[in-house]
Amino acid sequence: MATEASMVRSRPAPAEQFDDLEQQHQAATFGMWLFLITEVMLFGGMFTAYTWYRFLYPAGFAEGSRHMDLVLGGANTVVLIVSSLTMALAVHATQTGARRALGRLLGATILLGLVFLGIKAVEYWQHYQEQLVPGIRFSFDGPLSHQVELFFLFYFMMTGIHAVHLTIGVGIVSVLLVMARRGKFSPAAHDPIEVTGLYWHFVDVVWIFLLPLLYLFGLG
Amino acid sequence: MSAVAVAPRPTSYTTSQVSTWSWLLTEDHKRIAILYTITITLMFFVGGVAATLMRLELLTPEGDLVSSAAYNRLFTIHGVIMVWFFLIPSIPNTLGNFLVPMMIGARDLAFPKLNLASWYIYLFGAGFTLWAIVNGGVDTGWTFYTPYSTHSSTTHVVSTTLRIFILGFSSILTGLNVIVTIHTMRAPGMTWSRLPLFIWSTYATSLILVLATPVLAITLVLVATERILRVGIFDPALGGDPLLYQHLFWFYSHPAVYIMILPGMGVISELIAAFARKRVFGYGFVAASSIAIAVLGFLVWGHHMFTAGISVHAALIFSLLSYLVAVPSAIKVFNWTATLYGGSISFETPLLYALAFIGLFVIGGLTGLFLAALAVDVHVQDTYFVVAHFHYIMVGGMVTAYMGGLHYWWPKITGRMYPELWGKLAALTIFVGFNLTFFPQYIVGYLGMPRRYHIYPPEFQVLNVMSTAGASILAVGYLLPLVYLLWSLRWGKEAGPNPWGAPGLEWQTSSPLPAHNFEVTPIVRHGPYEYPDRRVIGDPSGRRQSVAEGTDGD
Amino acid sequence: MTSGMIGARTYVLVAAVLLVLTGVTIAVAFLPLGSWHTPVALGIAALKTVLIGWFFMHLRVSTPTTRLAALAGLFWLAIMLAGTLDDVVTRGWLPVPGK
Repeated sequence: MATEASMVRSRPAPAEQFDDLEQQHQAATFGMWLFLITEVMLFGGMFTAYTWYRFLYPAGFAEGSRHMDLVLGGANTVVLIVSSLTMALAVHATQTGARRALGRLLGATILLGLVFLGIKAVEYWQHYQEQLVPGIRFSFDGPLSHQVELFFLFYFMMTGIHAVHLTIGVGIVSVLLVMARRGKFSPAAHDPIEVTGLYWHFVDVVWIFLLPLLYLFGLG
Repeated sequence: MSAVAVAPRPTSYTTSQVSTWSWLLTEDHKRIAILYTITITLMFFVGGVAATLMRLELLTPEGDLVSSAAYNRLFTIHGVIMVWFFLIPSIPNTLGNFLVPMMIGARDLAFPKLNLASWYIYLFGAGFTLWAIVNGGVDTGWTFYTPYSTHSSTTHVVSTTLRIFILGFSSILTGLNVIVTIHTMRAPGMTWSRLPLFIWSTYATSLILVLATPVLAITLVLVATERILRVGIFDPALGGDPLLYQHLFWFYSHPAVYIMILPGMGVISELIAAFARKRVFGYGFVAASSIAIAVLGFLVWGHHMFTAGISVHAALIFSLLSYLVAVPSAIKVFNWTATLYGGSISFETPLLYALAFIGLFVIGGLTGLFLAALAVDVHVQDTYFVVAHFHYIMVGGMVTAYMGGLHYWWPKITGRMYPELWGKLAALTIFVGFNLTFFPQYIVGYLGMPRRYHIYPPEFQVLNVMSTAGASILAVGYLLPLVYLLWSLRWGKEAGPNPWGAPGLEWQTSSPLPAHNFEVTPIVRHGPYEYPDRRVIGDPSGRRQSVAEGTDGD
Repeated sequence: MTSGMIGARTYVLVAAVLLVLTGVTIAVAFLPLGSWHTPVALGIAALKTVLIGWFFMHLRVSTPTTRLAALAGLFWLAIMLAGTLDDVVTRGWLPVPGK
């Protein structure tokens, strides 16, 4: 018992229900993967509905897609991919004990997340100006009006729910940054950073599918 | 010796701390199970009141007790409460919460805080629902079909969909917790092939909880959005398609019925083994069939839409797959029956419920096959035939299994035995009442009486009166356990660690359980149903010797 | 300790590939591919997803169970898409009046 206590002093103890840190780590990462599966199905429901209508109304959806700002969409994609890089490097920094790098990388991730949200806000504002916000301010001439409205409804819902997830991610990474500054993470115990990384990459993956589906349809 | 040393007179999980806050802020899976049991029982009786009013209205062909608007609210609230606030959480969150860590030799679930959060989410949803009932309810049916729910209904559709959305998180977190626990926290020697079948069923249920519930969540968000913003996702007038709603809704709701029945099947496996004093015949098949039901259950949702206008191509495929999903269920029934054969059977209350389950589940399941046949479904869809079918499975199956499990594990949970005579009486009352309620519904549905109508042609009255009479007997049957189980908490005989002489890990510790489950992590050396011999040991009044001591050298 | 580690240089390389693929996706969208646009665009997106999953999300050094979980999520999404789309795409295929 005494030797165990002295060993424990150099590593944090696992939570009461776990036998050791390794079990806790496995539980944490597997738990996050399961949660991400639920997110796949959540977004998947919207993707299914979107695909249903894209099949029925190709002309209207192509027309809607042509009203998207490809520059902003492309920029946001770049921002998210770089933020995934910084997040992955942050996890790596914890694993190698590079505490200062960890703080900087988490900070960079937060910054990039905020840039993404800023660009999104600009886009939403533009759509509002162009009267392309279904249910709130929508006006479109021509026979494809209902179809275009449906397209924009899906655009706002899918990117909106994505943005909510990203905002939550920014919030969590901010909390992690505070905890990292207080030295809560070490190569032996850094589960929160690793599972947040998984979550962040998932949010990136969703966007990677949203880009072609919403922005790149009807250009060719 | 694989049994765990039991500390002399340990404090139990109920007595280790007694303040209200220690219950409301507990992270102990056993206490959370109790909290859930209290709340779902309350919701069960609320849903039961709705059913009572419906059956009273249906005593006469005219609409003389309630208006059609009120009747619509009654069947909606009955469905919403029974599906989401009773059946789905029942066994997983009560018996499951209690037993999963015990059966695998763990100290708790993987994420105890999430477990408590699940209960609070449930509580919030339940409270919000009771508020909505008092404030006019919802009249769309529990299925919220569009465009009525999004366009025409004037009731609390948005708040109802919102609270079911929130409740979904309770389901998802529970499923996630159970899956991670079973994967990562099994005791040494507890391989997958040594897991009790209740664990296999709960695991399969959790897979469905995790994969299906999010689709419900997003579907309800779409419904609420359409209703608030008045845009045509599902509204045909605006280019929307109501069938898309049905696809998304039933993608969740069909697997949901397997969420409801699989835990019950797990309980039955445990009961049959315990009361035949024999290991379950074809353990591997029963375990695999749980997973098969979970997977195949995701492939058949279109059978709820045969008459809604889906393509014939899709209807054919869904019909074929629906036949396929009956196979693993049938495999379970054959294996349970084979387990009973040659067993040393004692007819205590839990076994009565298990036997009832097998019979009623077979009837319900076979009528499911009738419904899966396209040509038959065209005639009986949306009639009382369907209502009878799912009540045979849900009530005759699931609720029966829940009652059986509750009685079986009651001594472990509370340390007391229920009064056996009253237990048998209640089981019999429930069986008679149930069949009298729901069998006439098969007939009246086949003859053409539609569901969700409060008036009907006079020639159906006799069958409806029978059904209502049965419902009154069923109500007595359900009230009896409420009374005598509560009575037993104070005046029931004290139960020893293992009144049934069963070999599971949960029976190797004291009753009620100690706060930390096991004083020492057990090391598992054999499968879950190792009965050492077939002789009946002791007597069934609660003074049996524990049989587990005889398992040395197995 | 966590099982295996992926080097920082690998991460940077993967990010670079992802950026290149993004450029390709956008450029290809302007080509006259007709009905091939969708499969090509989704195919590139799938490739990017595999890269993110394998490297950034550590599937390369994860247990088989974790990899199975990741696959299961995608598989279940495929089930939902296939079953739903089967209905809307095949309407009118079989000679039954009204369907």
